[in-house]
Amino acid sequence: MKLIVEPGRRAKNYWHDLWQYRELMYFLAWRDITVRYKQTVIGIAWAVLRPGLTMLAFLGFRRLAGLPPGQIPDAILVSAAVLPWQFFSTALTDTAGSVIGNSHLISKVYFPRLIVPCSAIASALVDFLITLCLLIILMLAYGLVPRWQMVGLPLFLILAVGLSLGLGLLFAALNVEYRDVRYIVPFCVQFGMFLSPIAFSSSEIPDKWRLLYSLNPMVAVIDGFRWSVSGGATSLDLITVSPAVLITVILILIGITYFRRVERSFADVI
Amino acid sequence: MSTNIVKMEGVSKCFRIQHKRSERYATLRDVVAEKVNRAIRYRKLSANRATTEDFWALENVSFEVDRGEIIGIIGKNGAGKSTLLKILSRITEPTAGRLELSGRVGSLLEVGTGFHPELTGRENIFLNGAIMGMTRAEIKRRFDEIVAFAEVERFLDTPIKRYSSGMYVRLGFAVAAHLECEILLVDEVLAVGDTEFQKKCFGKIEEVVGGGRTVFLVSHQLQNIARLCTRAIVLNSGKLVFDGQPSAAISSYLEVTRAEQTHLLFNRPSAGSQDEEIVRLEMLDELCKPKTKVFTFDFIRFRFFVNCARSETRRSLVLELRDNAGVPVLVVETNPEEFGSLKSRGLHAVECCIEQLSLLPGQYSVSVGLAIYGVRLTCLLSDIAQFEVLAPHNFHQSSINKGAVALKHCWLRSRLELEEPIASDIGVNGDQILSRASEGD
Repeated sequence: MKLIVEPGRRAKNYWHDLWQYRELMYFLAWRDITVRYKQTVIGIAWAVLRPGLTMLAFLGFRRLAGLPPGQIPDAILVSAAVLPWQFFSTALTDTAGSVIGNSHLISKVYFPRLIVPCSAIASALVDFLITLCLLIILMLAYGLVPRWQMVGLPLFLILAVGLSLGLGLLFAALNVEYRDVRYIVPFCVQFGMFLSPIAFSSSEIPDKWRLLYSLNPMVAVIDGFRWSVSGGATSLDLITVSPAVLITVILILIGITYFRRVERSFADVI
Repeated sequence: MSTNIVKMEGVSKCFRIQHKRSERYATLRDVVAEKVNRAIRYRKLSANRATTEDFWALENVSFEVDRGEIIGIIGKNGAGKSTLLKILSRITEPTAGRLELSGRVGSLLEVGTGFHPELTGRENIFLNGAIMGMTRAEIKRRFDEIVAFAEVERFLDTPIKRYSSGMYVRLGFAVAAHLECEILLVDEVLAVGDTEFQKKCFGKIEEVVGGGRTVFLVSHQLQNIARLCTRAIVLNSGKLVFDGQPSAAISSYLEVTRAEQTHLLFNRPSAGSQDEEIVRLEMLDELCKPKTKVFTFDFIRFRFFVNCARSETRRSLVLELRDNAGVPVLVVETNPEEFGSLKSRGLHAVECCIEQLSLLPGQYSVSVGLAIYGVRLTCLLSDIAQFEVLAPHNFHQSSINKGAVALKHCWLRSRLELEEPIASDIGVNGDQILSRASEGD
């Protein structure tokens, strides 16, 4: 088994290496999660508390804004939006900072660098799964029985993962050379939160702006989550979903390509 | 089927260095003025603002290594040793050239890579092992060995931020030492820890080395290189300047790094053909720094580098200094019964310390030799070096020395009264009064 290292030559071994090092991704994610909740009193309950409080805030906002309640309880609709949003914002922020955050590893040991952002997404996913319990509890409390549309939930989750991965890889790679990215990401996330239909529903956007609005892929994710959870009671249009999927795929391709291209100079620049 | 496990061909690595336009800002006013200037005349000034320079850390390095070899890598600081290891471990990519690896590479470039202070020892063993490339199954298999080697059984479940630095280092080394890989890279890790642990590390490295692994060892401790390696390469400013026997490589390295200094009296890299030979002779001061000027009554050390191919219990070293008339002023030989440093095989460094060089200013020649004490001379190098002894600044002030040697003395005004009455046949000139001279002549 001979390995040849030459400037510019990469592709063949990389994906094989990535598979070989898959356990490292698990370990890094485990490390991040363990460390996050070590020496805290509340521990893992933080994972539920954060989205829980956000949900209450948005619920309050919705009531105050005087938006009419629909047939599905507001609490459910808002949680169904808050959950994927929290996942996306955590995943994006963590992934964007993951390369810099693990600079001590990158400059000392070899492993396929793609592992690092992937582990950040994995740890955000674990948090998401915990907060999913919150949603399930709410559904049980309101007596909402899941219908076949629930199958859509993992699909839209995959869409969210893809979006965070694509954007995250791009930002992570950029961040190594241009540290401004560290400030851009939180700003983007905050801005995006107001743009996304968390406190309101996307059906409240006038039709002529729908396509433009749907360029934000999280609109599709949130709509999708709501649709899955409510059993089809809220609307989900193709005009929302198709641009989202397209944009996400493009972002993933751009992210991976840029990351791989810049990766070889990480150890030198970091 | 070649037994090549590592093959480097023409590998070079270039780094871009930024140079900012160097300007010293004396006052805040200058800083502000400069910034305003830049803002106004941006386009014109930006051309001179920053330059980049290409720094070649490695240039055209080529070598082939077979399975089981232990390669020492020596060189000055900045010669490119760490860069070479980084390329071998694939942390960084070469700018040019090609590297072929036929085995898994494990590196001991730093102890405790990836240790997280909040996690316990047990958790960190798994984390560190995974980072270094072990699978979970491998780590589980080696877990007990690792813990036993590191001697941290009692503290396995304490966060390592509570560990002493010694425990930290032991744990890091323990994990890395149990890596299952065919090529191992070691960089100065052996320099840390107490002597007990260093001995343990050495033992482990020797065991590893005996197990058929190929090892690359970077160290500044040349005796380690001489002891452990089967082959050594010397790097100088990124270029490979020597590739061969460790003792020859060490001599070549010492020559390259210090040839320009005049304290080097003699240097001849070992030809490897004789049983023993003196390869180098240096002159140093009391702080072991190179001595370029020698004065009367100085502290001087002569340092000999002796390469012995065989062990010999009665081996002694001979040093002879002769003045410019050929008269021997110092003829000394080590006594093997009291001074046994030259008995064993290998490269030895021996010093002759003279606290006050009692030689008058002048030219002197040095002869050195090796002998079997009381039997015969085995190696004699006559007049291999010359050096000059100079007069210290107060030397000729009050006493002119016309003798053979310099003995510290001083002239004093003495007392006329004697302790005991003596016969009064001193004579008219009995009361000789001698003028007081300055001391230390």
